[in-house]
Parts: sequence; structure tokens; C-alpha cells
Amino acid sequence: MSIPLPVFIAIPLIAAFLLPIFGKKRKAIATFLANLVTILLFVLAISSIGRTDVYEVGKWPIPLGINLVLDGLSSLLLLAISVVSSAAMLFSTRYMEQYTAKSKYLSLFLLMVAGMNGVVLSGDIFNLFVFLEIASLASYALVGFGCGPEELEASFKYMVLGTIASILILFGVGLVYGNTGTLNMAYISKTIQASGLNAGLAFALGLFITGFGLKAALVPFHAWLPDAHPSAPAPISAMLSGILIKTLGIYALARVVFNVFGVSVEVGWLLVVLGILSMVAGAFLAIGQWDLKRLLAYSSISQIGYVILGIGLGATLIAKGANVAWASLAILGGLFHLVNHAVYKSLLFLTSGSVEMSTGTRQMREMGGLAERMPVTRAACTVASASIVGVPPFAGFWSKLILVIAAVQAHLYWVAAIIVFVSLCTLIMYLKVQRYVFLGELPESLQGIKEHGGSMAVAMVFLACLCALMGLLLLVPSLKHNILDPAVGVLIEGLGYSTRIISM
Amino acid sequence: MPYALCFLLFMIGLYCAVVKKNMVKIVIGIMVMEYAVNLFLIMLGYRTGGEAPIIDKTHIDPQTGQIIASFISSSVDPLPQALVLTAIVISLGSLALMISICIRTYGEYGTFDITEIRRLRG
Repeated sequence: MSIPLPVFIAIPLIAAFLLPIFGKKRKAIATFLANLVTILLFVLAISSIGRTDVYEVGKWPIPLGINLVLDGLSSLLLLAISVVSSAAMLFSTRYMEQYTAKSKYLSLFLLMVAGMNGVVLSGDIFNLFVFLEIASLASYALVGFGCGPEELEASFKYMVLGTIASILILFGVGLVYGNTGTLNMAYISKTIQASGLNAGLAFALGLFITGFGLKAALVPFHAWLPDAHPSAPAPISAMLSGILIKTLGIYALARVVFNVFGVSVEVGWLLVVLGILSMVAGAFLAIGQWDLKRLLAYSSISQIGYVILGIGLGATLIAKGANVAWASLAILGGLFHLVNHAVYKSLLFLTSGSVEMSTGTRQMREMGGLAERMPVTRAACTVASASIVGVPPFAGFWSKLILVIAAVQAHLYWVAAIIVFVSLCTLIMYLKVQRYVFLGELPESLQGIKEHGGSMAVAMVFLACLCALMGLLLLVPSLKHNILDPAVGVLIEGLGYSTRIISM
Repeated sequence: MPYALCFLLFMIGLYCAVVKKNMVKIVIGIMVMEYAVNLFLIMLGYRTGGEAPIIDKTHIDPQTGQIIASFISSSVDPLPQALVLTAIVISLGSLALMISICIRTYGEYGTFDITEIRRLRG
């Protein structure tokens, strides 16, 4: 039995508006329901693997109505969103007891999930903008959830840049509508294929790259991320770094560039350059940080660079008409790194939340020797660090290996060298985390601390197991064939997307 | 010409949001940008001397049952108006959130000047 696609958006949306009813007295029920919703979405996302479907909202045929599209790329992202949100929700069960107004937090959390699912499923460019705004608005409010001076400052900064990005995207949508007379992505793409890019559409593409680049925190546009991600409560940092910047930034950018406008060599190179800038600048800035969560946030910028580099490399190779096998390898590397990063970066933020809850500080200079006191957190953090650095059996190794192979096959040896070099920088920053947080002398002020177990430990162990097993996604042919290959296929297919959607 | 003025309005808003030091003025600048984009969307569907896109009996050809061609060529495009309605609702939501964050920040720092609100750096 296949469930209709709006269910993915409707379940979290309805739950988000139901939960505040429970209020303070019965917040246990609200928490239970919220966890139920995220786990249900996880099950639904697993069941929708390998399915391609188009749903016409209100039975209006496209291009008159709005359509929702589920294809390989969407189902990969749906799966990543649901994994990260289930783990973060499980973690919040215990972690968010420190804050007041828990049911409002749960409601905003589910609103963000609904927005992200909407972005991933939408086949209509204005609808994509609306869902993007739902997710963004919920995330602005969640960054400032603590209402302390620093949270509010970070939230304001994030909100100003995020709103400017949204306005640029809306401007782009307007230009596209003015030039093609339709808002459906498949029909826009059909019109562009028939008439080619004119000046207005090229300007719209520029606006989209800037707007989605701001949302994805690529390097010239990254100023908000190192403030916003550390200031949020830990599970929200995990959601923001783990999946929000990818759904709102990378996914939307890839969809618009590959499937709507079509790739060109210039755009491909632009993405490669943005990716390399993000990788290098993010890694250098991260090494100097002493605030644990700030270090992780800068490292996110660097890792996002890998994803966009892989996708950009693929775009360049397709546009040049090079061998499709190498292009698909580059895109596979990018997308696989996206999924891996979603898992291990959210795990790292959860462990940082666990450390912060026990010690009451985020400054690495004030910590040390936590390995004995917090064994579960320590183990989880080591697995995630090994994974992000690229130690062989763990997930990060495989995606970086694929990216290096793709760069070498494209005869871009310097790109391969940069990938390896940034991996080395990543190694330095995570050795620093291990050294200053978990090893060394336990300071006297932290003698009496203890680890918070329960749901927090369960969430961390769940993600740590995934980190260790993610390599299977690539190595087991049936998993690769069902999960990764269709997603790569959607991007390789490029403008073929429009004929496929219109004929369905 | 109207498009150029609209773009000028957008640039004024962007300038205000980027250059001004006062939080409330930044919010005003962002809203000016938002209105410029809304205006642009409305202008996309505008026709000089066009009529409202509401079909009644006089617009349907009695012989064929189809909508007459002169109505299609003279009516205003209704879709941008629907887009603008949605965009206005979204911008209302973000405006309310931004202003409430401004108020809370004023309560914490006692100032709206962003050069004095700088605890985060690095």
C-alpha cells in the first residue's frame, strides 16, 4: 500500500498545532506524541524508498495546480531528515527539561520538519519557497529559544540574512514566472529547453544561487552560521547543521541548477569554486576555535564545501560532455557525503550538548578528562570524529574516497590534493576536541559531574551505530541500488526531469 | 520604467538593511525590500486598461461554451496576485518575529545599536 505524498507534510504540521494544547501540565504526553510523529515519519520514509510518484494537489492537473514529486533524490533527503529528526527528538526528551515551554519547542520542531519535508517534495517553485519559509521561520525562533542575550543576538543576525536570502529567492521566482509564464518546475524546464536562457532567466539563476547559497552558508555567505548554530539548544544545532542547511540550501540549489535550468560549465565551475572556498576557509577558521560548538559549526561549513564540490564537479563534467560514469561518481560522492555528514555532524552536536549539560560550559579550556565520567558520550564522540576525519571503516572515509577518485578521473589533481589537505585539517581539529575535552586532567571544578543517560544516551548510540554502518550503503549493492543510485540518477538525468514529470 | 523604479526601491531597502546600525531600521529596510518584490510580482500581471479576471455569463460564448478570446487577452493575470497574498502573509510572520526579537534584545542590552550588541565573535 502506498500512502499519498501530502501525508509527509500533513502529519508533522497537524501535530505541531496540536501539541501546544497540552501545555505545561501534561508535557509528558506532548513529548511522547512528538516522538511518535518523528518515528512514524522515519518508518514512512523507509517504506517510500525506491518509489517514484507524482501527486496533484486537489486533483488539479499540472501546470494549473500544484504537484508534489517523490523521486530518488527526494526520498534520500526524506530518509536523512527523518533519521536526524528522530534522534534529535529523542535527545530533546531529556535535554529540553532545562528550558521552560517545552511543548512550544516541540511544536516549532515539528513545524521545521514539516517545512523541510515540503521543500523536498515540492514540484512547484513557489510552493518550494513557501515551505522554505516555514522551515526558516521555525528555525529562527528555535535559535533564539533560550532568550539569553547571545541567543537573541545570533537569532537576529540569522534572521536578517535568512530573510534577505528568502527575498532574493522570491525575486527569482517572480523573474522566472515573468519569463516562462509558469511556476511548475517541469514546465519551466520545458520552456527553457525550447527557448534557451535569456538575460532575465540568467539573472534569476544568479539570484537562486545567491539565495540558496546564503541558506546553505557557502563561504562568502557564511557569516550567520557560526553564531546561529552554537546558540541554539543542542538538538536544534544538530537539526540545523545536520539537515536544515542541506535541505534548504544544497537540495534546492541542486534541484534548480540540474533539473530546472540545466547545467552549464560556468555554473559548474562556480559551484566547484564555492565548494573549495568553503572547505578551506571553514577548516582554517575551525582549528582556531576554543568554543566546542563553534568549532563544530565552522567544521559544518567545511563539510558543506565537500558536498557542493562533488555536485559542482558532476555539473562541470556533464556540461563538458565527459564520460557520464565519472560525472555520476562525483555526484555520488557529494550526495553520499551529504547523508554521512547529516548523521555524524548531528551526533557531534548531540555529544556537545551532553557535555554542556553535564559541565555547564562550552569552553574547551575549562574541560578535560571527561572520558571516565562520560563513557557513552566519549565513545559516541570518538566514533563520530573518526567518521568525519575519514578513518577507513567509518562512513566519512568512503565518501571522501569517491570524491578524490572523481577529481582524479576529471584530471583535476589539485582538487584531489585540496580534498586530502582539508581532511588533514579536519583531523587536527577533532584531535583537538578529543585532547581537550575527553583526555588530560579532570579540573577540580568538574569532579562531581555525572553523565545524563536515558533517552540522550539512546539517541547518541543510535547515531553512532549508523555512523559505523553507513559504509554498507555504498558497499552492499542492493542498498546502493535502491537508495543512492536513484538519487544520483535524478541529477544526471538533468532536464529529462521535465518530460518524465509531465508524462507521469 | 516602473520596473526600474521597483528595482531602485529594492536597492534602497538592501542599502538600508546592510548599512544602518539600528536594529529597527534594519527591519524597516528588509520590509522595504519585501514590498519592492511584492510590487514587482503585481506588475508582472498588470495590464493597462485590463479588467478583473472574474468570469461571468457575458464572457462565455453562447454557441461554443468557451471563454471568449477578448476576455483572455484583456484580463489581468490573477496568479501573481495570489502569490503576493501568500508572500505578504509570510512577510507578516517574519516581521512579527523580527520585531519581537528586537524588543527582547532591547530588554537584554538596553540598546538597539548593533555595534554595541557584539558578544559573539570569532
